[in-house]
Amino acid sequence: MKLVYFARVREAIGLSSEECDVPQDARSVGDLVAWISARSEEHACALQDLSRLRFALDQEMVADDALLGAAQELAIFPPVTGG
Amino acid sequence: MKIVRISNAAIQPDEGLAALAGLGGGAVSSFTGIARDDGGVTAIELEHYPGMTEASLSSLIEAATARWSLLGAIITHRVGIVPVGAPVVVVGAASLHRAAALEATAFLIDRLKTEAPFWKREHYADGTAKWVDAKASDDARAERWA
Repeated sequence: MKLVYFARVREAIGLSSEECDVPQDARSVGDLVAWISARSEEHACALQDLSRLRFALDQEMVADDALLGAAQELAIFPPVTGG
Repeated sequence: MKIVRISNAAIQPDEGLAALAGLGGGAVSSFTGIARDDGGVTAIELEHYPGMTEASLSSLIEAATARWSLLGAIITHRVGIVPVGAPVVVVGAASLHRAAALEATAFLIDRLKTEAPFWKREHYADGTAKWVDAKASDDARAERWA
């Protein structure tokens, strides 16, 4: 799956995107985010507080309990601030 | 007429509004958001999620046209560096009578603020920059339309 990061999350992790092989036991967005957190100290720091993160699966906003299903892309970012 | 535009260059608000005015209705309403000088801010920078941004703005226009009887609607949003005083976003709607255009305009900007994948960073004269935090008041305004 492709992981994409924006704004503070992108800066904290130091990457705008990366690939990952989703582990079999990761069923929800929250499961996968917990697993990604273990990749590095930077990931752990950027992803520690789910309440300050928002998620999009294949470019649709979802909650952290959404099932990954066959999604190809998970985006992780702070609450949006456009307009 | 439904137009969504993401622009790296300066926005000309009048262009989209002139198109709305030509649709034969009696009302055009619009909102223009301008980069504000908030305590020494020289420019704001907007990051977005290409692809999702356009889809998200198009679905907002679809939701507005389903809810109000509109002749057309436009959303133009800047990305990249925007100097203080320049437009960041222009939202507009045209309808036969004013109520639909006015309400749809408020709906579009309120929902854009909480749903469209843009992130804003303020740049200061001393060279520093700071990400802007989302505001609870924006969530409250968007929820009025739920």
